Amino acid sequence: MKLKGALLLLLSMLVVFLSGCEPLLVLDPKGPQAERQAHDIMISIWIMAFIVIVVLVLLVYMLVKYRASKLPEDYEPPHIEGNPILEGILIGVPIIIVAFLSIVTVKSNYIVENIPEGYEDQEPLVIYASTSNWKWHFSYPEQEIETVNYLYIPTNRPIEFKLYSFGPITSFWIPQLGGQKYAMADMVTTLHLAAETPGEYTGRNANFNGKGFAENTFTVTAMTQTEFDEWVDEVHETAEPLTEDEFNQLLEPGHLGRMTFTGTHLDFSPAPEHEHTADDEMDAEHEMHSEHAAHE
Amino acid sequence: MEFFERFAVPNPNPAIYASMVAIVVVSLAIIFGLTYFKKWGYLWREWLTTVDHKKIGMMYLISAILMLFRGGVDALMLRAQLAVPDNKLLDPQHYNEVFSTHGIIMIIFMAMPFIFAFMNLVVPLQIGARDVAFPRLNAISFWLFAAGAMLFNISFVIGGSPDAGWTSYFPLAGTEFSESVGTNYYMIAIQISGIGSLMTGINMITTILKMRAPGMTLMKMPMFTWASFMACVIIIFAFPVLTIALLMGTTDRLFATNFFTSTNGGMDMLWANFFWVWGHPEVYILILPAFGIYSEVISTFSGRNLYGYKSMVGSMVIISLLSFLVWTHHFFTMGQGALTNSIFSISTMAIAVPTGVKIFNWLLTMWKGKIRFTVPMLYSIGFIPLFTVGGVTGVMLAMSAADYQYHNTMFLVAHFHNTIIPGVVFAMLAGLTYYWPKMFGFMLNERIGKWGFWFLSIGFVLAFFPMYITGLNGQARRMYTYSEATGFGTLNFVAFIGAGLMAISFCIIVFNIIYSFKNSPRNVGEDPWNARTLEWATHNPVPEYNFARTPHVASSEAFWDAKKRGHELFKGEIEEIHMPNNSGVPFIMGVIFFIAGFSFVFALWVPAVVALIGIFACMVLRSFEKDDGRHISVEEIKATESTYGGAHS
Ligand code: HEM
Ligand SMILES: [Cu+2]
Ligand SMILES: [Cu+2]
Repeated sequence: MKLKGALLLLLSMLVVFLSGCEPLLVLDPKGPQAERQAHDIMISIWIMAFIVIVVLVLLVYMLVKYRASKLPEDYEPPHIEGNPILEGILIGVPIIIVAFLSIVTVKSNYIVENIPEGYEDQEPLVIYASTSNWKWHFSYPEQEIETVNYLYIPTNRPIEFKLYSFGPITSFWIPQLGGQKYAMADMVTTLHLAAETPGEYTGRNANFNGKGFAENTFTVTAMTQTEFDEWVDEVHETAEPLTEDEFNQLLEPGHLGRMTFTGTHLDFSPAPEHEHTADDEMDAEHEMHSEHAAHE
Repeated sequence: MEFFERFAVPNPNPAIYASMVAIVVVSLAIIFGLTYFKKWGYLWREWLTTVDHKKIGMMYLISAILMLFRGGVDALMLRAQLAVPDNKLLDPQHYNEVFSTHGIIMIIFMAMPFIFAFMNLVVPLQIGARDVAFPRLNAISFWLFAAGAMLFNISFVIGGSPDAGWTSYFPLAGTEFSESVGTNYYMIAIQISGIGSLMTGINMITTILKMRAPGMTLMKMPMFTWASFMACVIIIFAFPVLTIALLMGTTDRLFATNFFTSTNGGMDMLWANFFWVWGHPEVYILILPAFGIYSEVISTFSGRNLYGYKSMVGSMVIISLLSFLVWTHHFFTMGQGALTNSIFSISTMAIAVPTGVKIFNWLLTMWKGKIRFTVPMLYSIGFIPLFTVGGVTGVMLAMSAADYQYHNTMFLVAHFHNTIIPGVVFAMLAGLTYYWPKMFGFMLNERIGKWGFWFLSIGFVLAFFPMYITGLNGQARRMYTYSEATGFGTLNFVAFIGAGLMAISFCIIVFNIIYSFKNSPRNVGEDPWNARTLEWATHNPVPEYNFARTPHVASSEAFWDAKKRGHELFKGEIEEIHMPNNSGVPFIMGVIFFIAGFSFVFALWVPAVVALIGIFACMVLRSFEKDDGRHISVEEIKATESTYGGAHS
């Protein structure tokens, strides 16, 4: 029968996807924020699988027990209006499930919107990540460095991304480090991430922005703080400074490979002023960081 | 852009040229055929000028099926392009146009007319009415829908299709980043058909409130009527938002205003807010009537009354209210902060509760029933587990912190297809099969119908379940291609096979219609399914006046109680019936709207102004027109009743 087939398919899918030969990116977190999200996702998958199975079992029961071909010819189904106790249970249980998931979510919301847990006492590394069709510009104001289409970040240090766009709305997403956030032309959004394992991760723009969307990607390399510092020094020795003219040329629509500069475009083309952050308390703190960065 | 450049297809390719030729050939064939068989008069008298709710319903139905194929071909192209890594079948611009068109066609020009078809066909019959409240307005609604649909469909051969997604987010959809006229088509075609939808909403609400048969209180209305009523309430609150948003978007594009631009004080996210304040309720506009159809089908084929009638109604009311309070879940990732996300996350998850109530009520309707596995029932049975999967993944998406990982991925695409296909498309196919004898007086073949069901269900699972996995593996939506290294290849190929099976199933369904038209016995009687509600108390197919005598109702299953408990439905003598006259004006207005729309798309101001004056003239003329309708005499009614088998005259 179809239902058994569907059930089997569903279960086998679940098995494939839970035990899969290679873990799915989102369920293979390399930082605290992504870990929290993967944890929430797994909780919800189990609860939801349970609900689906309950519905399936009930359905199969009804279909097997009450199919016309099995019942006596003269069987007349009764008229049933409803039953308050039964309906109470059928409303009550979903309410409990939703309440539980709501609590989990609200907690997680505050976690993913703030500096990762356990990193509160560290000064975050501020990186401005902006997009222009169809590239990523990463500015490290503190380090006085700008890269195109790739990121180097130190592990075990909170990173504060400041996102905005030179054009259509884009969305900054590194699945293994944490979920995405929009980058818009008229405001700056903030995303807090941290990496705990050195390695290479893929990142991309997840929000459709026209022809070059599919290739609107970047790579993230997480390395130890010392390696990161070495890289910074190396860039200062080898890379050319970023001029305003050159930057404006980079903004032209198209694809570019990786590029590295000293200095950042924030000096001559600052980020939009309007900030969109987790809450007002945080805002003051952000301002301090930016000022701090500007002074250095 | 230069004047003539605007009309050129921005990305011509052989498929588009072939379509152009096909369109011309088909149009010529239709014109020639109508002339040759002398059918112009018939077409005009019986269809183009009709104000009969049943014929209008059938025209909606035909349009919806045509659009299902149009949108389906687009879907196949998308799946074919994604079937293997680094595929070169479509270039990025073409892919973008195809998925934008696919989404809009499916939601606005396929699902919407499908639900309007059933509202028109079924609601007046279920409440024992002669017609809808405003028959002529009803015709105008249809022709506005048709004008919008035609306008949208010519976009890919004249000037290019929209390419900013069905959500058409600004600033991408603004002139700066989307230069061709594609998005103009989007704004104006949806606007025109949207006005029609709004009018249908008002029309149906009035019909349901004012034209119920004697004895039918609100709490005795059949569930489909209740569902349509709630859907129409949502329509009249949601569509005005869309109207305004589209208007602002249109002025941004045509008159360089700055509502949604990223500079000069425009607010891009304002569009997203407007769009989803309409867009989220919109999905409930589609799903509630579908729920209504399932309620009728499940109760008929379980041989039992619907379990928990009151909680069914209550849950729909709650769903309608909540549907307006959740729109922000479409952009949790906009950076609005933890508090806002928490509020919208909870309000979204709350919808799962009334929806769950409905699922359990359907299950309990089967309990102690006597279940017959007919084709409409199979769709309803398939719907329950599949829609549950769609529902629970919706709850997963509603968890905002986790949504940061799902947003804009294939996981989302899988989720909404998982609700919309088993929810809306299955319901429409169930309704189509169920009400087919009511419309045409013969049954669709059950064997072929079952084949269609199996292909569709299995195809569906294969096509969409893999997307949950690729989504969690980082495949973003709207990517025209991906590299081998991502590992998305295998599952996307499976999805392609699934889409192929679905395509086959739709062909089987059309084949079934043709086959049954030729082979099915006529005269199936007026109650072939042993049904329970009032629409089955009249003849198949339904005479133009619906009921020779107005029914008197005493329960929510009036017809069932008449059959089983000897309630008397029809009392008294046959009397003269007053019916509205046909009118050509609605059709003509549709044509003028099309011309106005086309002119606006290309900024041709002179014809646009002339057409607007024409529309206005139609309305002025109407206000001076004297038309009292006509009467059908008692003899004529008796004659008709006897030709229909005369079960109860
Ligand atoms: C018949 C089988 C169908 C298949 C195989 C299919 C497949 C697809 C695919 C591949 C996409 C694009 C994914 C992407 O690149 O982002 C898509 C998008 C979409 N589909 Fe379907 N689809 C089907 C039916 C439907 C139906 C019945 C509806 C609605 C009633 C629908 C509504 C949409 C919408 C709204 C989008 C989003 C478009 C956008 O991103 O702007 N689809 N579909
Ligand atoms: Cu929504
Ligand atoms: Cu914002």
